[in-house]
Amino acid sequence: MSGQNPGDSGWFRYGDPNDAESAATAITERTAEQPQNWPAEAVRAGFVEDEDEYYDALHDATVRATREAVQERETATEQQLQYTIAAMDDAERTANEIAERVVEWAGSLADSRSEGEGRAPDIPGGVDGARAVAAWTPETPAEERVVSLAERAVDLDAERAELRSFVESQAPAVAPNLAEMAGPVLAARLLSLAGGLESLAKKPAGTVQVLGAEDALFAHLRGRGSSPKHGVIFTHEHVRGTHPDNRGSAARALAGKLAIAARIDHYAGEFRQSVHDDLADRMATIRDREVGE
Amino acid sequence: MSTDLPPGIQRRRFDGRERLATRGEPVYGEPQDEEGWRAWDAGRSKLGAMLELELNLGFAGDDGVLYLGAASGTTVSHVADFAGPTYAVEFAPRPTRDLLAVADARPNLFPLLKDARAPETYAHVVEAGLEYVVQDVATRGQATVALRNRRFLAPDGRLVAAIKARSEDVLEDPDDVFSDVLDDLREGYAITDTRRLDRFHDDHLAVVAEPRADDGRS
Repeated sequence: MSGQNPGDSGWFRYGDPNDAESAATAITERTAEQPQNWPAEAVRAGFVEDEDEYYDALHDATVRATREAVQERETATEQQLQYTIAAMDDAERTANEIAERVVEWAGSLADSRSEGEGRAPDIPGGVDGARAVAAWTPETPAEERVVSLAERAVDLDAERAELRSFVESQAPAVAPNLAEMAGPVLAARLLSLAGGLESLAKKPAGTVQVLGAEDALFAHLRGRGSSPKHGVIFTHEHVRGTHPDNRGSAARALAGKLAIAARIDHYAGEFRQSVHDDLADRMATIRDREVGE
Repeated sequence: MSTDLPPGIQRRRFDGRERLATRGEPVYGEPQDEEGWRAWDAGRSKLGAMLELELNLGFAGDDGVLYLGAASGTTVSHVADFAGPTYAVEFAPRPTRDLLAVADARPNLFPLLKDARAPETYAHVVEAGLEYVVQDVATRGQATVALRNRRFLAPDGRLVAAIKARSEDVLEDPDDVFSDVLDDLREGYAITDTRRLDRFHDDHLAVVAEPRADDGRS
């Protein structure tokens, strides 16, 4: 078996064909850029006698791998979700900070370069800029440093994406209705702000509505400023995508259903379509009101 | 009267009403007749609704299928009843638990707890040259999912997708959402048919498409 053959990336390329554990691990952990004709490859490699036997082995391996993966993912705790969302925010903030520094620094170097070297002087802002700088071939010690720093920002941004996709995969297991309604990331934020699913489930809708807007809320209670219409739920399409005149209604409707979704998740723990349909109807009404004006 | 249904799918009478049916182990409490046919509820299945609305999907009966967004296996159980090797990808652990029970009774159904947006995490398992990619994922970027999974299709294979407008943007007019999604899909597919599923599923568009030969990238 040389590493050159694309057929080598098939899931069945592990030691003993009777080793169910290795088979499941291969299903779960391996990757391949491109699919191949795996049944034929497996026969050619001598893993199985014929394609029927291949599909039997595949069935056993996928069922086992998936059962184990489900078990593992379902033991995901709210605590893990809260750590992950916090780490994701840290990674994002830090990546942006470093990228900003990189763009400023690289801008000063780009001025003194000849333009024909594929290093246009106009570097985009943020992480995109860091990505552009990371692709430079450094020619001076200073450029070496800035390129290296740019690579950190790019790596950190990739880590942020990984953390986000981890949140996306875990949130539905912890709170299926909340994750469906709020989206996994906002669901994790709400859990995090409330301090867990149980405590979110016990909060009134009005509190859910302003979670994350505590500063504005306390300013309002002290008599300064108007009451906040929304906290972190502002990031939701239902709120952000609604005309400002109707945003208060949208935020109130969404918060009300989110509070119910959290209660279903905590007390019943199963997906319930009706609450999602109710919210969609209510949002349609609010949206129609906008059109009518 | 009706278009030809593929082998393995029939219209049968249940409680005095003609309904779609496939033959296999019951899964979600659907009625079953004495010959082992079980009713396929078009209100609970977008693919069922497409067949009910007589879209010509061209299933041949023993096709290889990659099903993206299998959820708890309601629809994919019917697919595995009439298709050949059926790969079922689902991202959320909770419904996948039910999907496993469906797969237990069906040796040609291969469940995978994977993210349809990251096909490289299952390209070492799912075979190339499949006749169908069936897509029903409620996530933003449904066109991207279809484009990324084109690599599993045979050159004459087909994409059958149920596009959910609310997953892209809850407030935008579904017609606008659909036209954006179709534009994106054309990067890698030639659209052969579209149909609104509103009679059974609000704000869903059925899309049938063929992979375009002039773009080898996926």
